[in-house]
Amino acid sequence: MTFLLVATLALPALGAVAAVAVRGDRAGRVTGTAFAALAFVASVLLVAGAESGGWFAYGVTPPGVMPWAELDVTWVPGLDLRFHIGVDGISYPLVVLTTLLTLLCCLYTIWHVPDGGRGSTLVALLLAVEVGILGTFLALDLVLFFVFFEVVLLPMYAVIAGWGGDDRRHAARKFALYTLFGSVLLLVGVFTVVAAAGTADLVALTAGAGELSRNTQIAAFLLLAVAFAVKSPLWPLHTWLPDAHTQAPTVGSVILAGVLLKMGTYGLIRVAVGVAPEGARWASPVLGLLAVAAILVGCLVCLAQTELKRLIAYSSVGHMGFVLLGVATLTATGIQAALIGNIAHGIITGLLFFLAGAVKDRFHTGDLAALGGLRERLPGLSGLLAFAAIASLGLPGLAGFWGEAFAVVAAFQRGGFWWVLYGVLAAVGGALTAAYFLRMLRRVTHGPASAAVASAPPARVSRMELAAWSPLVVLAVLVGLLPALVLAFSDGPVSSLVEAVGR
Amino acid sequence: VIQAVDHVVLLPAYLAAGTAVLVLLADLLVARRTVTLAVAAAGAVAVIVAAVLARRGSTFCGADGCSYVFSGRAALIASVFALLTLGVVVLSVPLLRAGAAPAGEYLFLLACSMTGGVVLGAAGDLITLIVAVETLTLPLYVLVGMRRQTAESAAAAVTFFVVSVVATAITLLGAALLYAVTGVVHLPSLLSALEGDVLALPLTAAAVGLVVLGLAFKVAAVPFHAWAPATYDGAPLPIAAYLSTASKLGGVVALLLVVAVALPASVTGPVLAVLAVLTMTVGNLVALRQIRMTRLLAWSSVAQAGYILAPLAAVAADLPAAVVAAVAYTVFFVILELGAFAAVVGLRPADADGGRIDSYRGAARRHPWVGAALALALIGLAGLPPGLAGLFAKVAVVRSLLGGGAGWLAVVVALNAVVGLAYYVRVAATLYAPPAPTAVPARAVPWPVAGVLAAATALALVVGVAPQLVLDWAAL
Repeated sequence: MTFLLVATLALPALGAVAAVAVRGDRAGRVTGTAFAALAFVASVLLVAGAESGGWFAYGVTPPGVMPWAELDVTWVPGLDLRFHIGVDGISYPLVVLTTLLTLLCCLYTIWHVPDGGRGSTLVALLLAVEVGILGTFLALDLVLFFVFFEVVLLPMYAVIAGWGGDDRRHAARKFALYTLFGSVLLLVGVFTVVAAAGTADLVALTAGAGELSRNTQIAAFLLLAVAFAVKSPLWPLHTWLPDAHTQAPTVGSVILAGVLLKMGTYGLIRVAVGVAPEGARWASPVLGLLAVAAILVGCLVCLAQTELKRLIAYSSVGHMGFVLLGVATLTATGIQAALIGNIAHGIITGLLFFLAGAVKDRFHTGDLAALGGLRERLPGLSGLLAFAAIASLGLPGLAGFWGEAFAVVAAFQRGGFWWVLYGVLAAVGGALTAAYFLRMLRRVTHGPASAAVASAPPARVSRMELAAWSPLVVLAVLVGLLPALVLAFSDGPVSSLVEAVGR
Repeated sequence: VIQAVDHVVLLPAYLAAGTAVLVLLADLLVARRTVTLAVAAAGAVAVIVAAVLARRGSTFCGADGCSYVFSGRAALIASVFALLTLGVVVLSVPLLRAGAAPAGEYLFLLACSMTGGVVLGAAGDLITLIVAVETLTLPLYVLVGMRRQTAESAAAAVTFFVVSVVATAITLLGAALLYAVTGVVHLPSLLSALEGDVLALPLTAAAVGLVVLGLAFKVAAVPFHAWAPATYDGAPLPIAAYLSTASKLGGVVALLLVVAVALPASVTGPVLAVLAVLTMTVGNLVALRQIRMTRLLAWSSVAQAGYILAPLAAVAADLPAAVVAAVAYTVFFVILELGAFAAVVGLRPADADGGRIDSYRGAARRHPWVGAALALALIGLAGLPPGLAGLFAKVAVVRSLLGGGAGWLAVVVALNAVVGLAYYVRVAATLYAPPAPTAVPARAVPWPVAGVLAAATALALVVGVAPQLVLDWAAL
């Protein structure tokens, strides 16, 4: 198991080096993709250890992290930093989603390199981003978590600045500065916790080690919550996201929306709530309010959006609002809704960005007013777009349904006037989500073909594109039918998290 | 009283001073540039070897304590100084070959400065400390002005000279007042003398403040920083590298010696906290607007001095932790800064200054390795992976501040890191931008410069992966 764990993290790192080192652009891309595929296989095989974990062995106060595979090596004792990684029921689905999306993006890059630079460098950067994201999901040491959180920043900056659209420099810099602002607060929060508790071990901390005082917990939770809110991004700290998405190349957008944002929500659940449960309880009404505001603002902005990628980017703000609402309720239902909402959003929005990229590549515009009649010209692409949009608006039976519906259910379960109000408003937001996605479909796919659509050569969906997209389509259906795929191993850690909050 | 002088303990200092003399003689007698260079480099290597191997001990001892304490930490500081001097000597090869400065005088002055640095770490009293700092700085006034026939160079030298002399006078005044109050000059006995009623005297606070502020000039802390940008920009590039590494290290060591050993933390802590906040904030904000490479590096190194001072502000809570953080940060910073300057020297013509940042457009496409090393150094200075050395430096500072109960200062440091990224990443992105159509064709990077750059980059990578090495040294 430890071997697989190390392989999951090391293979993308080796792949990044190999992709640059290999002579020839195409050879580099293929090499990088091969490493991404191996990493995906390694991460999937990690599930083999899940049954043998046996978390009944934990004592009276079970930790909020119950790794079934882990590795713990001293790295820098002078900074309380241990190379401690492990995987459990909360992180495992995200790890697999990360390796899958990176693999699909690398595959897509073999076929299609956006303008800007060498494709092999792009693949190497995607793999470097993957290392950072996987490390964040796997880290069981707070300081290590912070280090991996930072690793993501510059490669992603380079992806946007190197291969992005016309205004890429501005967008890339905004992305880098905003997210660095988040991660320096994370650094302060991490060491607030470490200085007070005397340990950086996430397993020990989530089991209540160090007995942090109420004030420390509140301070730590505030710092960590703002840090993760920037990354997620949660309203009102989201303004970097639409720019970054609009300018980023397709593969960059897919990784950004699919998994990079999940570092924020994962951190919120695992680190902020796990380490400072009392702070979380103190802040939960405010979090709920922000979540509802994010849902409504995201939806209203989407209703007025005129650019395809920007619309999908803002829809992320709304979806992350549902995830935050689930976390804010601090109930088992709510947190599980957040976990599945995370995964569903990664699958569906990843797909949506692939499709939006395909539309922009073909017609050189993402302007909703200039598009139209896609159904006549490219029925295949238009059908996929409709599928992804319907999955994203939360149709029962598809992946998007569970997270949104159960976040609302959890708010009602929590009870009290405010939480019921939040639930009602979130449900209204869900209806608005349907409204703006249907508006988008009406503009893009229906009606007579616009000038831009009619004049472009009808490039059908290629086999390579289909290869990159079909796993996401299949998963959107599978997770919709079998949510247990995501939640199978999360009962233990989630219930102990909720228990810690209740104490 | 006849003092027994332990000459073996003094060996590194003798070797450093001897290097200066030998360089002068070699220049006079052999009169070949290569030989003079070889003598200077060999002298620096000899100092490193002697500092590592020489017996630890003290000499010039009186009733109050010893004036020269060659401890493990002093040995470390001496060898770092000699290493930096070696690096700068090698970086100067193209400059001297181009005849932009007279080799003999140039290397003689550099070796004199190294002598000051070697003695500084071992200083056991205020007088030795100030003399060592002056020996370190004095040759630099001349070196800064040594680029032939340039007005900027002369102007830079005069600015540096005037400001530095004022600073020295302030430090001396503070030291004299401290002596008037306590009657001692040895660092450890000063701390025990500055207790109770003496500490309550307004004169004591003024004296402590003057010493700290005077030394703050040397690290270019705001509001005593104005000399740095003009001086860096006018000086020959290798000397600018020396100023921002060795000279800055000298200021930090001097401050550490007085703050950590001699002066009461209750007085120095607040002064240093204010200095640190001003220094990092002003340095970062002004660096945002710079369009010349050396000026940008100068302002950024002003900001970096703020990060170095920050942990010392929490010195009252946990002295050893604060000192370790400050020393570790300095070591990480010096390595990265030397790498950055080495790359700039490599990318510029032999006798040129740093030039405008625009002129580096696409440099990383013409010189992939040098460009990558410069980008790595800049990213490291910003404190982000893959420049892990810089990341761990920031982590060490924030950790010591939060451990020392100065959470607000940790937040200030953290927010400043964001401002810092804005300009570092701008330069790094310029390196990789498509080159301007009028770009000059690629010029070969001189191999000595490439060697220093490779060594500094390799060192930065090693301490980035194994920062514990630096933390262990710093805790000596």
